[in-house]
Amino acid sequence: MAAHTGPGAGAGGTVVRDGAVVGDRAGSSGTDGAASRPGSGPADSLTRPRNGSEIPPTIKVSGLTKSYGEIEAVRGIDFEVRAGETFGFLGPNGAGKSTTIKILCTLAKPTSGEAWVAGHDVRTERDAVRRNIGLVFQDTTLDNYLTGAQNLRFHAELYGVPAAAVAPRMRQVLEMVDLWERRDSLVMTYSGGMQRRLEIARGLLHAPHVLFLDEPTVGLDPQTRSSIWEYINDLKTREDITIFLTTHYMDEAEHCDRIAIIDHGQIVAIDTPEALKASVGKDRVQIHTDNDAAAIEELASAFGIEAAVHDGAVTFSVSSGEQFVPQLFARLTVPIRTVSVSRPSLDDVFMSYTGTTIRDAEASGSDAMRQMAARFRGRH
Amino acid sequence: MATQTQTAEATASAEAGVLAGQIRVSVPERSLRSDLRAVSIVWRRELIRFRRDKLRAITSLIQPLLFLLVLGTGLSSLARGSMPAGVSFKAFIFPGVLAMSVLFTAIFSAASIVWDREFGFLREMLVAPVSRSAIVTGKILGGATIATFQGIVMLALAGLADVPYNPVLMITLVGELLLLAFTLTAFGVMMAARITQFQAFMALTQMLVMPLFFLSGALYPLTGLPAWLSVLTRIDPLTYVVGPMRHAVFSHLNLSPIAQHVLSPGITWGGWVVPLWLSLGFVATMGLIMTTIAVVAFSKTE
Repeated sequence: MAAHTGPGAGAGGTVVRDGAVVGDRAGSSGTDGAASRPGSGPADSLTRPRNGSEIPPTIKVSGLTKSYGEIEAVRGIDFEVRAGETFGFLGPNGAGKSTTIKILCTLAKPTSGEAWVAGHDVRTERDAVRRNIGLVFQDTTLDNYLTGAQNLRFHAELYGVPAAAVAPRMRQVLEMVDLWERRDSLVMTYSGGMQRRLEIARGLLHAPHVLFLDEPTVGLDPQTRSSIWEYINDLKTREDITIFLTTHYMDEAEHCDRIAIIDHGQIVAIDTPEALKASVGKDRVQIHTDNDAAAIEELASAFGIEAAVHDGAVTFSVSSGEQFVPQLFARLTVPIRTVSVSRPSLDDVFMSYTGTTIRDAEASGSDAMRQMAARFRGRH
Repeated sequence: MATQTQTAEATASAEAGVLAGQIRVSVPERSLRSDLRAVSIVWRRELIRFRRDKLRAITSLIQPLLFLLVLGTGLSSLARGSMPAGVSFKAFIFPGVLAMSVLFTAIFSAASIVWDREFGFLREMLVAPVSRSAIVTGKILGGATIATFQGIVMLALAGLADVPYNPVLMITLVGELLLLAFTLTAFGVMMAARITQFQAFMALTQMLVMPLFFLSGALYPLTGLPAWLSVLTRIDPLTYVVGPMRHAVFSHLNLSPIAQHVLSPGITWGGWVVPLWLSLGFVATMGLIMTTIAVVAFSKTE
């Protein structure tokens, strides 16, 4: 492993130059170790290359797998996250998103493969990784019996934030999430949205290079969700930070600079939301009919279109929705009650790459979980 | 020093009011100093939470008070014949009652780890760039401090048990309570590392607390017991603190050496009297071993 302890950012391997990836992502795992590491040592956390022509990726993952017994949660994934990027993992529950985050945060060890965060190996430099990351988990990790300020103070002390910086930085992050006025209230009196904001503030307190947000808005009402996103988008303009998040909400993935679609522990697509949508290239048509089975059959015989029932409607893709609808009415004998045509969304992207909608994937995923649980029960 | 310059900058930019850039915050490399800071904040959190929970502080005193005042007074008349002149039965059971108040609080403090796990806060501590031993140590010291404090509240009632407020005696007893509190909290934290469900933890500790108390010789002298009970009392770690505490109390009561020997005969292993230092050293060693086991248990990564 001598390569991984080599000199600072250098030539070769995969580097990012002015926002564009130079080098071959898939084939670079041999030499990337040395290249993806910025200089080591205590100065590391202070110097962040801003204008350098070669900025190493902030997160680099290659060939990562994680198994829990016989269950393969992550099956060999490769990706990179560039400095300053907001990168999203999109996939149904149980796709391997949280497991990946756990590995990147050093809370779980990979079964095989490699991962670097802020230039540090998650397997061998656990503390260095932890110093450079902020975490907001899916489930709350606040102490409800302490005030907001006390929760932050606890975090600052635990992370060794220099004593003189604690108070001003606490004020800064609390103001950023509009909780400064409520800092001396017990966390148990906070609403769900306020608690999540406090967690985000806490995750930022020690000025990490990377902020991990595991399902940052899960369990919140739609209005609170969008306000959380305002705070996240706002912090990107204020803090020099890379954000890695997971979500199973399609609309939230739109906030990301790039997204990776993950299904069954594998990345099936990785690109900007726009590029992914463009790659689908088709409009989605959904019709409600009196007889779905007959409609699917007729679509196949009359137009040669493969349709399926998703979310309670007969769903299929055509290159131009507007032009297709008149033909549909002319030639389909099954009575149609409603028609909707939509431009490709990330839902369609997900569907075109995985063959199912995210909601269906979650339904079958939870079936699989139940079966698995039943199997475990049977065994013991 | 680089850190000083940064923090000076930080203060300056905050004072300026306009936060153009971010305040320079750097997380230093892990060091003994950062670990000590972690121990200190984990310890302080326990104290803050204890201060907020006045109900718990009061309720955990009720049971020891019942033993001292109700059982102690009630059995006094029965015990009067066998007690030397000038010694009350309450004074005899006072060390045991002190140990009891520490016992309840220490175990309950350790339960907060199970609670922290359930509410996710444990994760916040476990992902921090500090050693797990710092967190476990802070937790144990926090629980031990609270338990000792509860012991001191009972100690303040020494007068009710006809025990004199002698400064040397008080300091000795506080020291012994602290040792007991440390070992019991370490025991609780060690259990909490393995038992992840609150209900199971409470059930198990409830099951252990009363036997620990009754077998410690808190309510009776350790001499002339049947063999089975004699063996059980020697296994109970509480015995090794209650014994020295009773010795301390009776050596401050102006008793004849014979009376003192009858009431506080010391702990014997097959006829050999265990010296006080060994007795206390034994408790301290157990505490350290259990702390180590707890650190190892919390250091595992999936």
